[in-house]
Amino acid sequence: MSLADGSVPPSPRPLVKLTNIRKSFGPVEVLKGVDMAVQEGQVVAMIGRSGSGKSTLLRSINGLERIDDGVIEVDGECVDPSQIDLRALRLKVGMVFQQFNLFPHLSAGENVMLALKVVKKQDKASCRAAAEQALAKVGLGHKFDAYPSHLSGGQQQRVAIARSLAMAPKVLLCDEITSALDPELVSEVLSVVRKLAEEGMTLLLVTHEMRFAREVCDSLVFMHGGRIIEQGPPAELFDHPKTAELAQFVGMVEAR
Amino acid sequence: MLNFTFWDILSNLLLAARWTVLLSAIAFVCGGVAGLLVLLARVAPLRPLQGAMKIYIELFQGTPLLMQLFIVFFVLPLVGVETSPWTAAAVSLTLFTSAYLAEIWRGCVDAVPKGQWEASASLALSYGEQMRYVVLPQALRIAVPPTVGFSVQVVKGTAVTSIIGFVEITKAGTMITNATFQPFLVYGLVGLLYFALCYPLSLSAKALERKLNVAR
Repeated sequence: MSLADGSVPPSPRPLVKLTNIRKSFGPVEVLKGVDMAVQEGQVVAMIGRSGSGKSTLLRSINGLERIDDGVIEVDGECVDPSQIDLRALRLKVGMVFQQFNLFPHLSAGENVMLALKVVKKQDKASCRAAAEQALAKVGLGHKFDAYPSHLSGGQQQRVAIARSLAMAPKVLLCDEITSALDPELVSEVLSVVRKLAEEGMTLLLVTHEMRFAREVCDSLVFMHGGRIIEQGPPAELFDHPKTAELAQFVGMVEAR
Repeated sequence: MLNFTFWDILSNLLLAARWTVLLSAIAFVCGGVAGLLVLLARVAPLRPLQGAMKIYIELFQGTPLLMQLFIVFFVLPLVGVETSPWTAAAVSLTLFTSAYLAEIWRGCVDAVPKGQWEASASLALSYGEQMRYVVLPQALRIAVPPTVGFSVQVVKGTAVTSIIGFVEITKAGTMITNATFQPFLVYGLVGLLYFALCYPLSLSAKALERKLNVAR
């Protein structure tokens, strides 16, 4: 765990702890008992082929996918499959999506303020201040009143990141957040994520940006067939894969 | 026999047209409010409620409006509920409208992308908050043109209430025809009056559709 400024020491108790997560879509078992722990301030990328279950695992962490079995713990907030009210969990877990999913009827600023107003019941002035701060952080302070349809894909995704950050989550989930972007827009989003990582934000990413994963992440998790079959520091996984599956995957992505 | 001039005929039809307009407005406003409630129940995450509303909608969509009107007007008195033509007309058109609007609006709610639900859920909004702040505002935009378009059906639907003796344009036309023996003139005017009511609605539905499409 090498943080740039070394200011946040890893806590002994993991911030995110997944225990024996199982999930099936009909007859297809996509998660076959996954265990995973993420320390506070850690940046973890989940990699693997499509269909390996990485997105489903990520989406289960904030309850977008209901798991069939297992326990999800985030900062002491414990969730099992029987739980109906996911509000407490979702207050601690932010999420950014591949398709941005900004609210098209609201301006950038209103997108960021909505949950502050509705969920956190903050007054107008502090909502606005928090939204301005969050947008400034992703370099879009000047786009407060712009509607999503008038923003580029990269800008929309940065607003989406600001929207999540404004809620002050403990961990931010990023589900292939650059996959829907034109190539020239990818770097502006990744540099925001890199900045967050440097500031000590706990990040869990599903990504196909292998170079980014290698440079920014503390740890990689390689999923295959609904299981985590290798995890560790990026350099180790990329340079010395232990399993044939990972070796093949690394060969494939590096050949691109 | 009385002598009816053209102006007598037209003024009597216009007076009756007030009731067509009023009945349409009541059916549309009450049906809209009831339709919204049916819609909320129809899409609520509660299976039994969804099922009940589905049956309600299918029932009103799957039977003729005239039959619904007969049931309200003739059957309710048999079980002790007296209804005047006026209440029977208002009640049955309201129910009819609510079922259709609920179904039209359900399509609009379904048209809001799944990602909108997921993003708002991730921000810890509850189901009700998601509906109110994220989904319904977007569904509303999509819903305006078909809703205005459906109001044309409501206006035309009021014609069947003539059968239970409610004096709106069609009934007035029948009465005047019986007195004047000039069906071509009278029903021609009746038709023109309906057209004058409905055509602006159709036009505005089209205009709204264009406007909201551009705004997207």
